[in-house]
Amino acid sequence: MPALLEIDRLHLRFRLFEGISHVINGIDLRVERGERVAIVGESGCGKSVTVRLILGLLQQNNVLVEGSIRFDGVDLLQLKRARLREIRGRRICAVFQDPMASLNPTFKVYDQLRTVIQRGEARRDAYAVARAALQEVAITDPDRVLGAYPFQLSGGLNQRVLIAMSLVNQPDLILADEPGTALDVTVQEQTLLLMRRLTEQRQSSVLLITHNLGVVREFADRVYVMYAGNIVEQAPTPELFANPRHPYTQALLASVPTLSGERLPEGIDGMVPDYTSPPEGCRFHPRCPAATSVCRRPQPFGTVGENHLVACRLYRSEHHG
Amino acid sequence: MRSFLSYLARRLLASIGVLIGVSILIFVIARVIPGDPARIALGPTASQSQVEALRHQLYLDRPLPLQYLEFVRRLGRGDLGISLYTNRPVVQDLEAYFPATLELVLLGGLIMLVIGIPLGVLAAYFRNRWPDNAARVFALLGVATPSFVWAIFLMLLFSYAIGILPVAGQLSENLKPPPHVTGMLTVDALITGHWVVFWNAFRHMLLPSASLAMAGLGQAARLTRANMLDSYNTAYVETARAYGVAELTIARKYALRPALIPTFTVMGLDFAAMLGAAFLVEVVFNWPGVARYAVEAILHKDLNAIVGTTLVIAAFFLVVNIIVDIVVGYINPRIHIKRDSR
Amino acid sequence: MIWRSKAWFRFSRNALSISGFVIVAAAVLLALFAPWLTPYPAEAGKFVDFAHASLPPSWHHLFGTDTIGRDVLTRVVFGFRVSLGLGVVVLALAAPVGVLLGLLAGYVGGWVEGLIMRTTDVFLALPPLVLALAVLGFLQPNLFNAMMAVTVMWWPWYTRLVYNLARSIRTEGFITAAEVIGASRSHILLREILPNCFPSILTKMTLDMGFVILIGASLSFLGLGVQPPTPDLGSMVANGAQYLPDLWWIPVFPGIAVLVLVLGFNLLGDGLRDLLDVEV
Repeated sequence: MPALLEIDRLHLRFRLFEGISHVINGIDLRVERGERVAIVGESGCGKSVTVRLILGLLQQNNVLVEGSIRFDGVDLLQLKRARLREIRGRRICAVFQDPMASLNPTFKVYDQLRTVIQRGEARRDAYAVARAALQEVAITDPDRVLGAYPFQLSGGLNQRVLIAMSLVNQPDLILADEPGTALDVTVQEQTLLLMRRLTEQRQSSVLLITHNLGVVREFADRVYVMYAGNIVEQAPTPELFANPRHPYTQALLASVPTLSGERLPEGIDGMVPDYTSPPEGCRFHPRCPAATSVCRRPQPFGTVGENHLVACRLYRSEHHG
Repeated sequence: MRSFLSYLARRLLASIGVLIGVSILIFVIARVIPGDPARIALGPTASQSQVEALRHQLYLDRPLPLQYLEFVRRLGRGDLGISLYTNRPVVQDLEAYFPATLELVLLGGLIMLVIGIPLGVLAAYFRNRWPDNAARVFALLGVATPSFVWAIFLMLLFSYAIGILPVAGQLSENLKPPPHVTGMLTVDALITGHWVVFWNAFRHMLLPSASLAMAGLGQAARLTRANMLDSYNTAYVETARAYGVAELTIARKYALRPALIPTFTVMGLDFAAMLGAAFLVEVVFNWPGVARYAVEAILHKDLNAIVGTTLVIAAFFLVVNIIVDIVVGYINPRIHIKRDSR
Repeated sequence: MIWRSKAWFRFSRNALSISGFVIVAAAVLLALFAPWLTPYPAEAGKFVDFAHASLPPSWHHLFGTDTIGRDVLTRVVFGFRVSLGLGVVVLALAAPVGVLLGLLAGYVGGWVEGLIMRTTDVFLALPPLVLALAVLGFLQPNLFNAMMAVTVMWWPWYTRLVYNLARSIRTEGFITAAEVIGASRSHILLREILPNCFPSILTKMTLDMGFVILIGASLSFLGLGVQPPTPDLGSMVANGAQYLPDLWWIPVFPGIAVLVLVLGFNLLGDGLRDLLDVEV
């Protein structure tokens, strides 16, 4: 049974003045129905761009894409714009990073919600639906919020509005790009718990993009670790935290401070590569403590556990992931 | 709503203050500028006693503050003095000529917005392709060309070369003007149902109004384009796209409304520029409006008329600015709504 | 392809600004060296030649001749002198006054700020040109008075610009630092705040040149500026307008000349604005 979302051998290149920037370097990714999957990685590793690509939001004509993104069997990259537009807002919905900036300041909250609602099943009482949606995200005075402008509301409230917006048409897949990162930590925590509860209830799939490992642990069933346009490790969440194998994953986990203070966080030496002339083979090898000359060739996935794959020479196996 | 009304009230109050300031300014200019206004009006050949008589008539022989008070008192009575040129009360002259200018300016403003803003939206939508480049060149020409040059060009093109629009004047000679309701020929003709007169008057109005509107049109197009491009780059437009809102809808509504705010804020100034341009356009087209009246007043040193028209134009300008503020306040809720509870 | 559009965009921006610069430079050169660059310099003054009057454009007279036989091209070039001269004088007077008042109002605050800004508001309450016309109405029409009138209407724009800038700069850290050290007010005004305003002021002055020229041409179009026989673009258009459409070259070429001048300063000013990244 095919997964809800299947990304195969995806490459994304931008033709820039400076050269060709190879931002996504051949990734494979799946999201099953009802599953919550996270992509974790540093800023600039290509994860946000993946979301834009799925939705077909990259409109410029300097974009070169290879590979396929299959949603429920249909390759989104091959769809005409009109067909793609039908899926957006109905079967796939997105929540972006900054809630204050994601809402139009010159329209009331209700107007914006209504636009989204009208993209869903027709002939609903839009106001009633909007109201119910806000109540579901634990907004206690939905009428006031609906009649207000976004700048009148707090960041946390706006974030909930956006979550409500993403759920109101019962989409199959929700793409969440660093939700709540622009808010303070406690609000972010609430946001995530809310999203988890609601998506569990509806059995919606979620593809969550984040740089925050804590978020991953709370929220995701499965994780993909991404570095410089490549997936370097993928595993179910508990397994990843228990047995991180890829040097990059290990370094990431080591860079998180612990409450007990028994260990100081360590950064990772070096910098994210220049995508117009990236390192050959494994893109992490210039910064990797375990690098050898073998690493200059592309590393296939090796299986190290149940559903746990690593792309590193340390874990090559005879059967490839 | 209440906060908006209080904002409006504050603006009105401020405007009244400014108007008083303007009256003082005009008064000061009229009295303090070197030279004897009465002598200037009568010319070097007039006799001294004639000059003295005029000075007395114009209250020039009293101390300045008293002159100002007298000025304001007469203003309150609606008395702007007698025009030295037409020998009629200035107020009467203004009443006769103001509607014609109002007509031109209204149509000019309409042209400016109805053509300028969509032009900017178009340019932004087709960014860097040929419609954009064409629109930008046109807008730049609009802004850089003086209105009297536009007037002449348009006249050459449409009246002489192509010949579809009349050359000058308000109405063709063989037609009688409609019954007087507002004084504006087109409006009166519309209200009273004289369709032929309306159409004729409208055709006479097109070239002058267009000449007036050109600079503002160009400015509106450029501003709208720039603001639309800014709008397109925002997170909320990206969110709208992500939810599948049609590109056309985005151009029409989501990106447009926030872009209109900074555009409209500046538009008041361009409307004012039209009032300035009216002086030139009315002269070229021999349009019987307030501006042409003022130019004649200046050429004939008709002091009362100059003072009167300046005040009226200033007041009109202030009213226009308030209206623009109302419109901006409607589209930009942030002006009058403060950030409230969480 | 973005590489084409980004580079092309920069280039086209640049091309426009360069054209602006070229136009302005050419105009300045023509104005300065008019007697040596024009075919018939004598015809810029008192000159009559009915034998060659009202001639359409030809190789001898590229812009034709007017109704008393004067070469239009020559007069247009000499007209540049008046236009540019007016612009320079007006801005040289209006800008310093306006900037100074704006600095005072923005930094000193208090009743000074109130007085200056209310006065500015009053001046700005009149549409452009109207104030100049009102002032000119009480004076004899000549070039000098026209310059004065335009100057009077122009300074408030600089006051407002600098006022807003000074107000926002006033709260910056380096100003507080200077105050704490005990720098005098005039020092802070002139050596700290003012230099930060220069890019905006310079850009505005460039853009304004075009508009001052426009206003000047408008005033002389109405007969309120330069008096004959001094050639001036505005009055040439005015005098020639009555001969439309037959002797079209008499008003059209001066009109285009004004357009080109204003365009040049606009383009240059736009380029400066992008380059210096300022708000005016």
